[in-house]
Amino acid sequence: MHMLSHAEASEKFIANQERTDWHDDTLWFVRAKRDKASKLLPEWEALREQASQIKEHMLSNLPQYLLEFEANAQANGVQVHWAKDAHEHNEIVYSIIQKHGDKALVKSKSMLTEECHLNAYLEQRGIDVVDTDLGERIVQFRKEVPSHIVLPAIHLKKEDVGETFHQHLGTPKGNKDPQFLTEAARIHLREKFLEAKVAITGVNFAVAETGEFVVCTNEGNADMGAHLSDVHIACMGIEKIIPKRQDLGVFLRLLARSATGQLITTYSSHFAKPRAGQEMHIVLVDNGRSRQLARDEFRNSLKCIRCAACFNTCPVYRRSGGHSYHQPVAGPIGSILAPNFDKKANVDLPFASTLCGSCSNVCPVKINIHEQLWFWRQDLMKEGLAPAGKVLGMKFMAWMMANPTIFRMAGGMGRKVMNWFPFLVNNGLNPWYKQREMPAPPKQSFQEWYKSNRL
Amino acid sequence: MRVALFVPCYIDQFYPQVAIASLELLEKLGCEVTVPAQQTCCGQPMANSGFAHITGGCDTNFETNFSGFDYIVGPSGSCVLHLKEHHPDAKIRASVYEICEFLVDVLKVKSLPAYFPHKVGLHQSCHGQRGLRISSMTELNEKPFSKLTYLLDLVEGCEWKYPERQDECCGFGGTFCVTEEAVSVKMGQDRIQEHQANEVEYIVGADTSCLMHMEGILKRSASNVGVKHIVEILNAHA
Repeated sequence: MHMLSHAEASEKFIANQERTDWHDDTLWFVRAKRDKASKLLPEWEALREQASQIKEHMLSNLPQYLLEFEANAQANGVQVHWAKDAHEHNEIVYSIIQKHGDKALVKSKSMLTEECHLNAYLEQRGIDVVDTDLGERIVQFRKEVPSHIVLPAIHLKKEDVGETFHQHLGTPKGNKDPQFLTEAARIHLREKFLEAKVAITGVNFAVAETGEFVVCTNEGNADMGAHLSDVHIACMGIEKIIPKRQDLGVFLRLLARSATGQLITTYSSHFAKPRAGQEMHIVLVDNGRSRQLARDEFRNSLKCIRCAACFNTCPVYRRSGGHSYHQPVAGPIGSILAPNFDKKANVDLPFASTLCGSCSNVCPVKINIHEQLWFWRQDLMKEGLAPAGKVLGMKFMAWMMANPTIFRMAGGMGRKVMNWFPFLVNNGLNPWYKQREMPAPPKQSFQEWYKSNRL
Repeated sequence: MRVALFVPCYIDQFYPQVAIASLELLEKLGCEVTVPAQQTCCGQPMANSGFAHITGGCDTNFETNFSGFDYIVGPSGSCVLHLKEHHPDAKIRASVYEICEFLVDVLKVKSLPAYFPHKVGLHQSCHGQRGLRISSMTELNEKPFSKLTYLLDLVEGCEWKYPERQDECCGFGGTFCVTEEAVSVKMGQDRIQEHQANEVEYIVGADTSCLMHMEGILKRSASNVGVKHIVEILNAHA
């Protein structure tokens, strides 16, 4: 199947203008809430700087902090596993489940397991995975993937959810009352929580000095799963480490304010050791992170705490929807993470931006996202991943701009036939003209005017 | 003070009135202005498309034309930002200014003999705003300021308005405007709608590329709202 490029998928998304406007307004509302919350803290910019520096320090000392975390977690009675890639991660999780002979598990939100495509892996092996985050359960019913890392079903309206629940949970057809539908999901999920012996959670922060980890949710679904289960498996990327428990005082204040404008997530749960009779596992996953860490321009993309503030502020994301990014993590941060996984498949993503820079401004850990988009463009084009026509056009333009005489000549002809910029030619195929006009060509260029009036 | 006027390639070809207004304005304010005749382009269209590795000839041509001046001044935040961030020559990087920041920070303009009795909507182009910090940004927890509104307030008769979303991108984005045509146009339409809700006569900004994009959409819909570069207003007289 041909995977749609970001531009192609966006065009389809925008074809429904009403839904696009709704999507844009809804996420802009979240951005506005984030602005308000951040402006209530006089120390906001200092907090961002501190968070960025803690992560900088962590990245520079990652091996030692990982080993410290492992030792402390083991001392707490937690079993620690190392996975070099997605496949190893999935194998480890499956082997733990198999050992207990279970056929079903509950899972709270974990973008890492999305990145590793764990659900598909387990389902192929006969395991029934139940996503317990409400938004994730909705997209799971629909056999879709999350379109947003904090608001997984933000591409859907309440009518869509009503229809989905009618099909899967037997709610009355046409009922789209959010409170009613949420209650239906609650009853459905309670059963799953009570049945499941194994629970998987993600990890927001793992504290090296204590070996504990913190999981942030608004629905309490991670806690419900972890506390009711016999086996708790926490899956995390290796960059989720923070050195000290006191660092949480920085990150927990930034995370929810950046994500939704809340002062703090409803549940910020600390897991330190298994309760009596319970097994607790942590899977530490690399999956390309050490490769990214070795790239000077891109290493600090690993500071990301997955708040999605860059999604909500991005004027492109708001008008193209998360699925147009064809990656588990969409939005501006996804566009700088994705080429690390597969340059060719994700060559379009660093170009799905105007480089407006708003993403870098909202980022709570000050990742220079828009600059990294620029660096990825250079990297990908240098590797020869540009379409042949683009290379030719760019080479022609570079040659013309290096030769003033050619430029003046081309300009004189170009203004008459409007083919001056290679991409502005009006041949009926140029996308500029689909919904826009060009300026009326002036009689004289500025340089011609200057010659006849000033010299 | 020897100032070289940098006229971005598409302004030279399509918007000569913006360059003329820049020249006249700088002269009016006492600058000795030179227009290097063999200038072409800053190299940004190639670099932002991922081809910074082939802009060497363009960079050299820029350096040949613009070396030896106290200041290089141009009416485009985007092109100036590109030069400041990516031109190989340190002297070029240090002496290049966007014209509004030059007026405010270097010339320290306190008054202007300008008259423009119209209501305008201010478009804050991202590279000038976020890149060059011509104004404060709504994302940051910082004291509001704007070199653009400071200058517009010196113009007699000019009333300016921000759109509802004060600093959202218009969607031009260089080659983005054609490679991501659907999103680009939608972003432009949304900006325009907010300006129209304010009943402005012109959309005004410090980057002609953004204005060209919005003008293209305005013209297609036969709107009576026009676009103007801010220097055309600062240079307007009765």
